[in-house]
Amino acid sequence: MRHFMGSVNLRQILMPIGQMAIFVTGAGLLCSAVMLVLALLFRGSGADQVLQATQGVGILTYTLNSLPQVLIDGVTIGFVYAAIALGYTMVYGVLQFINFAHSEIFAIGAFCGVESLIALNGLGVLAKASAMGSFLYLGLALVIGMAASGGMAVLVERVAYRPLRSSPTLIALISAIGVSFALQDIIRLVESMTSGQFYRVIPTFGNFDERITLFRIGSKIIDIQVKSVVVILAAVVMLVALNYLVGSTKVGKAIRAVSQDKNTAALMGINVNAMISLTFLVGGSLGGAAGVLYALKFTRIDPFVGFMPGIKAFAAAVLGGIGNLTGALLGGMVLGMIESFAGAYLGTYTMGSFGAEYKDMVAFLILILVIVFRPNGLLGEQVSQKA
Amino acid sequence: MKESLKSRFQDLLVLLNRGRTPYFASIGLIILGFALVYLSPRSIPGFLVFGFAASSIYWLKMNRAVQLGLAVFLAVVLVPILGARNVFYLEVIFQIAVFSALALGLNIVVGFSGLLNFGYMAFYAVGAYLWAFFGSQQPYLLHSTVTTKALNTPFFLAPDYFYLFIFLGVIVAAILGLILGLPVLRVRGDYLAVITLAFGEIVRQLANNLDKPLNFTNGPQGITPIQRPTMPEGVLKLFNQVIQPVVGHRVTDNQAYNILFYLIALLVVVAVIVITYRLDDSKVGRAWTAIREDELSAGAMGINANKLKLGAFAVGASFAGAMGVLFAASRTFVSPETFTFLQSVGVLTMVILGGIGSITGVVVGATVVTLLNIQVLQSFSLYLSQLRQSDAVLLGFHWKNLSNQLDPTKYQRLIFGIVLVIMMIYRPAGLLPAARRKRELGGAPEGNDLDEKGV
Repeated sequence: MRHFMGSVNLRQILMPIGQMAIFVTGAGLLCSAVMLVLALLFRGSGADQVLQATQGVGILTYTLNSLPQVLIDGVTIGFVYAAIALGYTMVYGVLQFINFAHSEIFAIGAFCGVESLIALNGLGVLAKASAMGSFLYLGLALVIGMAASGGMAVLVERVAYRPLRSSPTLIALISAIGVSFALQDIIRLVESMTSGQFYRVIPTFGNFDERITLFRIGSKIIDIQVKSVVVILAAVVMLVALNYLVGSTKVGKAIRAVSQDKNTAALMGINVNAMISLTFLVGGSLGGAAGVLYALKFTRIDPFVGFMPGIKAFAAAVLGGIGNLTGALLGGMVLGMIESFAGAYLGTYTMGSFGAEYKDMVAFLILILVIVFRPNGLLGEQVSQKA
Repeated sequence: MKESLKSRFQDLLVLLNRGRTPYFASIGLIILGFALVYLSPRSIPGFLVFGFAASSIYWLKMNRAVQLGLAVFLAVVLVPILGARNVFYLEVIFQIAVFSALALGLNIVVGFSGLLNFGYMAFYAVGAYLWAFFGSQQPYLLHSTVTTKALNTPFFLAPDYFYLFIFLGVIVAAILGLILGLPVLRVRGDYLAVITLAFGEIVRQLANNLDKPLNFTNGPQGITPIQRPTMPEGVLKLFNQVIQPVVGHRVTDNQAYNILFYLIALLVVVAVIVITYRLDDSKVGRAWTAIREDELSAGAMGINANKLKLGAFAVGASFAGAMGVLFAASRTFVSPETFTFLQSVGVLTMVILGGIGSITGVVVGATVVTLLNIQVLQSFSLYLSQLRQSDAVLLGFHWKNLSNQLDPTKYQRLIFGIVLVIMMIYRPAGLLPAARRKRELGGAPEGNDLDEKGV
């Protein structure tokens, strides 16, 4: 029933990359096209005049100029959302249950990664690290974040979800919200007891803040930050690895079997509980890695950092069709793009009436609209709603 | 062990309910509690005894008229006197009343008709902002920014419109409930929970961001001052003449307001409880239960599920709207901070802790959680900070070194979260399960009856 993919090995690696390329370009082109049409429509409007007066460019030029940067931001954040959304969608695929605590699993990953980097910084190794070395340390932080998040996800499943597996989904959902709240405060408690600070900042090291020039248009340089490249590459590698794991390995086959029918899978000799734990482990560690990448991109994290990305990633998962791995990727990309465009242009186009602060609301609106009008998402199959 | 304790308690109840004993017991307890709190207004044990005495009216078997008379006397005469001596208790009771009404409203949606709602605070926010906008200078400040506020801006409406706005709050929140209810007709289960969550966040973000293009909500800073209804000169004077000797000092304006808001909140809560009881026992209430248990069969029985679900949302929302107006006036200040997802889940915790669908349970849940929040945790924090200043050593640990970040009042989420998980695993029906559920299970209140029901 859940749409997981076929079985040829090389295909399993190339296909997701191809899909990603299609989704990125597709979402990018679509959003750009909509934006350009809007820009054409807004010529001569108040916003246009304001821009002419302050920056000396028309709204069309302004939009075209900033478009590449907005697209790059959208892709970066889209991949982060996709990585988180996969955690929601995997658990939903197997248990038909919204793991609300996934946003805190993400936050734990971010904190553990950042704390380990801070510790390394305290030892003085980060400052001395070469370019290669700084990538290695970042990789180490990623691994630590993944391990912590994966372990926590498995623990949460064991303690708070497994006893409720036969209960109605709402009971489990309330339990998940409880876990989410408790984890937020546990992070805060641990942080404030050990570091005495509410938020943590990732130390600056390596050349992650430098910009690579991609190409030039006339005198304008289109560049991308090194850390954005790192975020995108790391996310792509993880997504491909996940696709391979689920699509082409024996374990992946077992997970798919459990997601289709637990009882029959058990009869076939599959250890259902182990597979469910494994799902949480994989989804959790993806979330943890996304947390470290998020911290790298946005530098500052606090104990409630998970809530917004979590809810947006959930929106992405629903948008793509929950329970569908490819869908999570598409949803994350579309949501990241829309958010990036809303953040960049909403303020200019409405002359400051509605600024970038409404971009969170856009995600919520999309979530509501998708659930009401297309609950199966863009790529979803017919999913029966459980009351 | 548990059983013997239970049977012993039941024996005690039987003993207490014999003949005229309950009357003496209840009145004696009330006098005792009153005397304790009166003599030492700051003692928490005294307050607990008083609370216990108040609850005894409910659980001792007495003549209905006597029960009612005692309750009214307690609520209208004794509590204000004690409150004038120590305003903090009035605050506690006021908050309990507010949250009871909220929890009862949510209970109609979640408990009676089985629709999960994580955005309940949105309705409360709408009520609060309704009066905050019209009951302040804000309508004249639409074109000013957050920082520029002319000094002598007049208030928009006369203060006594407040009473009208309680009803307007009910209507507006109910309409909003209907609007939010529309997706409910298409969506079920956990998707509904997510939609309501998103809705609650949208309302909060609107409150946070609608300081431009027109300044409706004054942004994150919130609206202040908000008017309170006028206190008639005569009432204060009379109150002072009659009560002053009892209270022992002059009742100030602010204390009088505290008492006034307490009485209004009490009135609203009583109205809410009566409405909820009547609804629960009506055709509508039974239809809600039917929808909760099995929508398909309910439809086959001729129940119009869509209409009733919308109704549940509207009724639940209206309670919150009324309390929102009251809240805005009593605080003279509202800001988006009050209406977070945390608060929505807090109210849900009250409902679940007390017992989904059980009216007494929900009120008890609201009381317990509110007491925990504003009294127990606070005194625990105080205790910890005293320990920190002392030189006490426990098992080689110097309390002085205890991080001053460890402040239990700040860890509501942890407590709510753990309570939710534990309740879901061990007692999903709550501390005092609803009578209807108990009856369905042949008198066994224990156990996971929610498991089979699919709430």
